[in-house]
Amino acid sequence: MSERFFPDGMPQPLADSTTLPFWEAAAEHRLVVQRCTPCGHTRLPPAPVCPACRSTESDWQEVPGRGEVYTYTAVHRPMAAGQDLPFLIAVIALEDAGGVRIISNLVDVDPDAVEIGMPVELAWEDMSPDLAVPRFRPCAGT
Amino acid sequence: MSQRKAHIVGVGETPYARWGKIGDVTEHALACQAILRAVEDAGLDMDDVDGLASFAEDRNEATFLAAELGLPALRFANMVWLPGGGGGCAAVGNAAMAVETGQAEVVVVYRSLCQGQFFRFGSGGVDASAAPDPAPPTVQAANSLMLASVGFVMPYGLLMAAAAYALPTRRHMHLYGTTSEQLGMLAVTFREHASRNPRAVMGGRPLTLADHQASPMIADPHRLFDCCLESDGACAVVVTTEERARDLAKRPVEILASEQGAPQGYGFGPFSNANVADEIYATGGTEELANRLWGKAGVGPSDMDVAQIYDHFTGCVLMQLEDYGFCKRGEGGPFIESGALSWHGGSLPTNTHGGSLSEAYIHGLNHVVEGVRALRGESTSPVEGAETCLVTSGACVPSSAIVLGRR
Repeated sequence: MSERFFPDGMPQPLADSTTLPFWEAAAEHRLVVQRCTPCGHTRLPPAPVCPACRSTESDWQEVPGRGEVYTYTAVHRPMAAGQDLPFLIAVIALEDAGGVRIISNLVDVDPDAVEIGMPVELAWEDMSPDLAVPRFRPCAGT
Repeated sequence: MSQRKAHIVGVGETPYARWGKIGDVTEHALACQAILRAVEDAGLDMDDVDGLASFAEDRNEATFLAAELGLPALRFANMVWLPGGGGGCAAVGNAAMAVETGQAEVVVVYRSLCQGQFFRFGSGGVDASAAPDPAPPTVQAANSLMLASVGFVMPYGLLMAAAAYALPTRRHMHLYGTTSEQLGMLAVTFREHASRNPRAVMGGRPLTLADHQASPMIADPHRLFDCCLESDGACAVVVTTEERARDLAKRPVEILASEQGAPQGYGFGPFSNANVADEIYATGGTEELANRLWGKAGVGPSDMDVAQIYDHFTGCVLMQLEDYGFCKRGEGGPFIESGALSWHGGSLPTNTHGGSLSEAYIHGLNHVVEGVRALRGESTSPVEGAETCLVTSGACVPSSAIVLGRR
């Protein structure tokens, strides 16, 4: 198991047949975005139709898991019992992912040190044997 | 067509209270009270009402209300899809479409909220005091994309509105240098308006900029006083045709134009999707809607005598002021600092009732009520000779707006 950042009682992801492959890949510590097979447009959250070309054909593209902070908030109210406050929610502009942004958390960083544009990288958190959640931390050396 | 042009002819509300303070009357009963009062205000009889309209997630179904209120016939029962408070003006717009196309003659738009009787919005629906040793986390099965999309924010704890709307506001601050003090001035101005309004929940609680700056952080940059109230109460407005409006009790207010919708890829705004175009991320998402609205109304932002802008959070007001063209993109902060929003001498007196920040949080239908009062000369913070008023609904999510006018 990985280092833990959030308590077990955090709200759990919901998945349907369209989105489950994202969480199956996450359990293997692979961050994927959905990629339209005909036109290559990438999207997240996963959805049944490509909004660019309307194709229903798609596959999954693993992305490096680096990016930069697009925006963020430090939340001072708990979402689960025993949670450390404040906790950080951020939008991360992912690198080499076709321009996709992902909503996630920032960990291992002082909330006052967070800046828009800050480079970040994946920090997987194994919540259980079935569930790994992609969070982000400042890139080493920054 | 002009004979059927839609007008608002009646407004009504129940007393407003802090969330959970109305426990002895059901949310449904409050809806009935607000509807009865609005129809009485119009000088109409309940037997004249043949349509009911509300907006997303309303727990009080029109069909049941129609039976309880003894309506002779229900010809139009409508609820807008836009989430949360985004659809208030759209519900009024749909009522206008119904009367203008002859589907109904008199439509009442209503909203009733009793958060104490259901879940408290500010909590995000989460009970953080729940058992500290829950079952091992896993992936839950859902059966719709709507849920699955929310599923992509849940594991990160993004369920509270104060956090979701903080995201575009924080980026606006980064891009344009918008400050917490500018947001605070907006809250202070609306509180001043509330202090003149006996219906306002926070009417007796003066607020200074120092109070705002000292208030607890909820979700940075949102301090407590950047966040709207959580309220119990109900209100309603009555829409009918110009022909019918002519001989009623109060001066009718014309619905010059209404618009509803969302830009491409918007979904539920920052709750569901971080992938809208960069140009619209740090906005209220209502610029296109505003342009359509002004085009249809035949008037523009400089023609507005007063405005009621949906104020779930201060930053969302600031971004809407830019979207609707009252100032340029990025200049919302200085616009607020100029005192523009004050009822007394401001260039755009805004939320003259105190808004959701200080009157009550009734998903913004109380902003429509106030827009009508402002043009009737009945506002407690009156703008002399006001003939035009913009009313908007919840922005940074799919939204709607109306332009009101009096002739």
